[in-house]
Amino acid sequence: MPLDDEVDMLIKGNIDVNLPEQSRRISDLQISSIETLQTQGLIKNKFNKTLFVSGDSRESEQAGILGALVGSALMLTITFLIAFPLGVSAAIYLEEFAPKNRFIDFIEVNINNLAAVPSIIYGLLGLAVFINYAGMPRSAPLVGGLVLALMTFPVIIIAARASLQSVPPSIRDAALGVGASKMQSIFDHILPLALPGILTGSIIGMARALGESAPLIMIGMVAFVVDIPTSPLDSSAALPVQVYLWADSPERGFVEKTSAAIMVLLMFLLLMNSLAIWLRNKYEIKW
Amino acid sequence: MVIDMINDDFKTLGNTETSNKVVMSVKNCNVFYGDNQALNDINIEVGRSEVLALIGPSGCGKSTFLRCLNRLNDTIDSCRVSGKIHLEEEDIYSGEIDVVMLRARVGMVFQKPNPFPKSIYDNVAYGPKIHGITTSKEELDELVEVSLEKAGLLDEVKDRLHTPGTALSGGQQQRLCIARAIAIKPDIILMDEPCSALDPIATEKIEDLINELKENYAIVMVTHSMSQAARVSQRAAYFHLGNLIEVNDTEKIFNDPEHELTKNYISGRTG
Repeated sequence: MPLDDEVDMLIKGNIDVNLPEQSRRISDLQISSIETLQTQGLIKNKFNKTLFVSGDSRESEQAGILGALVGSALMLTITFLIAFPLGVSAAIYLEEFAPKNRFIDFIEVNINNLAAVPSIIYGLLGLAVFINYAGMPRSAPLVGGLVLALMTFPVIIIAARASLQSVPPSIRDAALGVGASKMQSIFDHILPLALPGILTGSIIGMARALGESAPLIMIGMVAFVVDIPTSPLDSSAALPVQVYLWADSPERGFVEKTSAAIMVLLMFLLLMNSLAIWLRNKYEIKW
Repeated sequence: MVIDMINDDFKTLGNTETSNKVVMSVKNCNVFYGDNQALNDINIEVGRSEVLALIGPSGCGKSTFLRCLNRLNDTIDSCRVSGKIHLEEEDIYSGEIDVVMLRARVGMVFQKPNPFPKSIYDNVAYGPKIHGITTSKEELDELVEVSLEKAGLLDEVKDRLHTPGTALSGGQQQRLCIARAIAIKPDIILMDEPCSALDPIATEKIEDLINELKENYAIVMVTHSMSQAARVSQRAAYFHLGNLIEVNDTEKIFNDPEHELTKNYISGRTG
């Protein structure tokens, strides 16, 4: 049975027992009974698995990040499924097919600007369009995923265009020279060569989306959700927002939970970035 | 007569007609990049079983002309081509022709060896695959081998067909590109300075190869090397600032050029 966070703090020496009882958060009676239990060897310091297997709770010792993890995973899946194919197609169109005219220049300038728009603006857009206009549920990973997709979209386009541009023109000539159509030369030769770069850029864009809290706060993912989401339409938390919520809680136990959640979040970011580097090295084609 | 700009009235000297069977004929071909004229009124024929060398100083339009023959200039937005170019009976710039099929009949070898970053086998097999030239795996295997054989590369690579083509030496890569070009069974092969990135020994091999290939194909080759043009070509065309100055048998061009500019270029006074 987990002990209350106040007890935890006492044992860890974070509560000064020399203060008068009224200004302590724990009474003399509690202290004496804890000491009794300790001398009987009934209080043990164990790894708190609750952190990984349960959802949020008002009691810090029972709070876990599973709900937030599942929520973030659902969101990132949706983000990837929407932003990656759309972003790569848009990049191929702009790079290979678009005519050179003012309208296309205008679109290009706007894509570059969109990549620099503060993320909270995307949250506002999501709130106005997806929730108020389209009537999607609040706090749902679906809406979060859509908002993050909008945010990641220009980043993926820019990364994909840069890698398409870096494919040497001699390969295009070679493909056209043996009679490949434009489509064949793009899908058989140029895209496979550009793919490692596209993937790297996309994963780094996704990692940024994973760490984003501002737009999720705008669409209501800041709500207190205990249940683990089972579908993208359920209410859910997300990792960075969970960190934000816990950091705001007065209970001392949440200070430690916040640190734990931050570490988990950083681990995920590290994992995604390592994956990006690994993919790039594995599929990079050397001349 | 000195030409320092494109001269509309200029008439090509020598003999633009081939004595062999005509594979490609170019009539009144003009090329523009935006407002700049790159080629002026080119007339020339390319015949079977001969090597036509295009010579001339840099920027004179040789490569531009070569790229007109398989419509690779289409990829440049500002480029405009007028006039008639016929491949046998077909006008290659008419609306009806499929540019993909045209490029399947006109093979091209580029200045810098540019094999696909795939295996040797896949490099050669790609063209036949997309054009559906072969129907079975065995047939394709055979075509790949025959093409490599014709390009004089088979003995060097036959036990490592599935290693990357980019791992070969420069000369081998260029022969791989030639194998890739002949695998699609073209009528005519265009070569844009195929030896300029190679050492003398690799160059010699490619030249020998060109000599053998010309029996079955028409070959148009851009070269910066006078001696190479003299060694491998039967006919030579001298370009100068977008004008085709003179076309004739290689021997005649090198020994007895008609135009002052050709004479200067051949003897090394300009160029």
